[in-house]
Amino acid sequence: MDGSEIISGIKTKLQDFNAISVSKNYSDEICIKVDPQVFKDTCLALHKILPSPVMMLFALDERKAMGKFVINAVFASFRRSQWVILTMDIPQENPCFDSLAKSMYSANLFEREIWEMFGIEPKGNPDLRRLYLHDEVWPQGNYPLRKDFQKMKVGNLGEYKFGRVEGEGIFEVPVGPVHAGIIGPGHFRFSVAGEPIINLEIRFGFTHRGVEKIFEGKSISDAIRFSERVSGDSSFAHSLSFAQAAEKISGISVSLRTAYLRGIFLELERMYNHANDAGGIALDVGFSFPAAYASIIKESILALNEKLTGSRYLKNINSVGRVSVDFDGSKKSILQESIGKIKQDFDELVKILNSSVSFMDRVDTAGVLKKKTAFDLGVVGLAGRASGIPTDLRKYFPGIYKEAKFKMVTQGAGDVLARLRVRIFEFEESCRLIEEFAARMPGDEKIENDPKPKEGSALGYVEGWRGPVLYWLKTDSSGLIERCKIVDPSFHNWQALSYAVLGNIIPDFPLCNKSFDLSYSGNDL
Amino acid sequence: MYILKSRILKGVVTRHIDPKLSGEIESAGLELKSLIRKKFARSLYIREVDTGSCGACESEIISANNPIYDIQRFGINFVASPRHADALLVTGPVSKNMLVALKKTFEAMPEPKFVITLGDCALNGGIFKDSYYIEGPVKDILPAALHIPGCPPTPMAIIKALLAFLKK
Repeated sequence: MDGSEIISGIKTKLQDFNAISVSKNYSDEICIKVDPQVFKDTCLALHKILPSPVMMLFALDERKAMGKFVINAVFASFRRSQWVILTMDIPQENPCFDSLAKSMYSANLFEREIWEMFGIEPKGNPDLRRLYLHDEVWPQGNYPLRKDFQKMKVGNLGEYKFGRVEGEGIFEVPVGPVHAGIIGPGHFRFSVAGEPIINLEIRFGFTHRGVEKIFEGKSISDAIRFSERVSGDSSFAHSLSFAQAAEKISGISVSLRTAYLRGIFLELERMYNHANDAGGIALDVGFSFPAAYASIIKESILALNEKLTGSRYLKNINSVGRVSVDFDGSKKSILQESIGKIKQDFDELVKILNSSVSFMDRVDTAGVLKKKTAFDLGVVGLAGRASGIPTDLRKYFPGIYKEAKFKMVTQGAGDVLARLRVRIFEFEESCRLIEEFAARMPGDEKIENDPKPKEGSALGYVEGWRGPVLYWLKTDSSGLIERCKIVDPSFHNWQALSYAVLGNIIPDFPLCNKSFDLSYSGNDL
Repeated sequence: MYILKSRILKGVVTRHIDPKLSGEIESAGLELKSLIRKKFARSLYIREVDTGSCGACESEIISANNPIYDIQRFGINFVASPRHADALLVTGPVSKNMLVALKKTFEAMPEPKFVITLGDCALNGGIFKDSYYIEGPVKDILPAALHIPGCPPTPMAIIKALLAFLKK
């Protein structure tokens, strides 16, 4: 399919639309370059016709080569299994662009990110507070993702201004960044009137490590190890997404056996996290028996991972064009036997949870995320599906999932129970998929995939357990990375938590939070 | 109700753990327990702080508390407040944004206290050490007495490292 259908779609919204260029470098990507004046309207048109939230919006510093900045917006056309990448140039003097956030809220955080990292101003965005670089330690005017950034220049430090709710009887409850449990750091500022939460503002950035800058100048084979350490519970999804982008650039297509092996590992990662969360949700209502039960299930999946790959978190096995572990007959039978046992244990866990009235009472109608809110925020993945938004890359960009007849699940209620149910269903579906993949996996193939350094850019995408993990990668002629933009689903979904908790009481916040279980490090990068 | 019903119908259900692993956990654990009894008057309380880790280290610390390893039965307890803690367990390469929180958490702990670093990032910034936003390593900020290496260290490695340290 070429881009003409998309272009004519845009023309139904913008009669005199003219692209500067339309190119199709890969079968699943359409790049449309437009004039900065029509960029905003084109984005809005794509948002309506596809329909898709902004999946990615990011800048590149091309001042050295071409004397300008570039901004890319990525949308997904699920129905057509296509990614649409819209591009515009930004002049290097007083760089700015028209903000999209007022018409399309899912662009908001991306715009703030572009502002703090590149100093390109989204004109008209009412909130330009920084997300990652805290005013208390990082002076304004230091833009770390600009190519000429060397070292932080000393300047005036400031303070972060939280949104405030004022009035009689309003309390503010600050929590974090150091929390009571063994979890990542984030700051939560609750405003409560009596018991119910009337506003929650979340401040991030505490795990900001400058990941995207670290990728720059690295070779592909070095950088893949970094991608595994972006978000520790999604190591495999991240390395796979990165590898796919690199494979597209080098023109490598992986063998079917590799694709199935990757499918198995991706589903194993989904399983241990879903089991962990089912237990976490039980724990956060004080129901410790199933929580302990779930942690045994998680442990057995981690132990299985170690037996199969040598790594409990599936690290160090993905590389461009292949995976470094292979399955002989004995590993295959270990896998099949273990999955059978794990499935039995999980069924038992589900029975325990379902038969407890007091547990159901706590999770039912707690932390509701409405479909409209979820859509406007651009919520993706598991949390989106629990609110009735049918997005799952495994369905719309199926690959090996097509043969395996992957079934996507959605729920309408958008509460903690709905998110739990999506997890339960997906866990069972993952068990089935792994058995299916293991059975379909063809025998040994000779793999000769030695990637040659190549210049280019491509998008990698994987449905991790939280949702789509996206990597947009650009390499130079010697194959070194020029820019790597990472979007973890947590980046889209954290803001949804602020809406889901409204009207709930603070003691239910851990429960609501666990039902999303988002990554701090994947968000903060 | 379901739990009660299956308890009556099935009796006590035990689970088969790899005997090699369970032997290893037991022997290391019991030794750890007797050392902790001697040195800390029954139990060692630990407060964990994440200064920018990817979350894998946290996941393994939590795993060390699961029913298979159950580090708590050997007298090691992870506490919610630094005020209750004997030791501070630090993960992550220390992001600039976490520097103040890390120092404050340490200050809030009563004496005597010591610091443990866990994971390759906490030792020297790990793969993130050259980043513009990293303050690490932890040992330059706080007096670190023990480092537990790994990316992430397994629960068994955590138990063994604590044991080896307390033996000294």
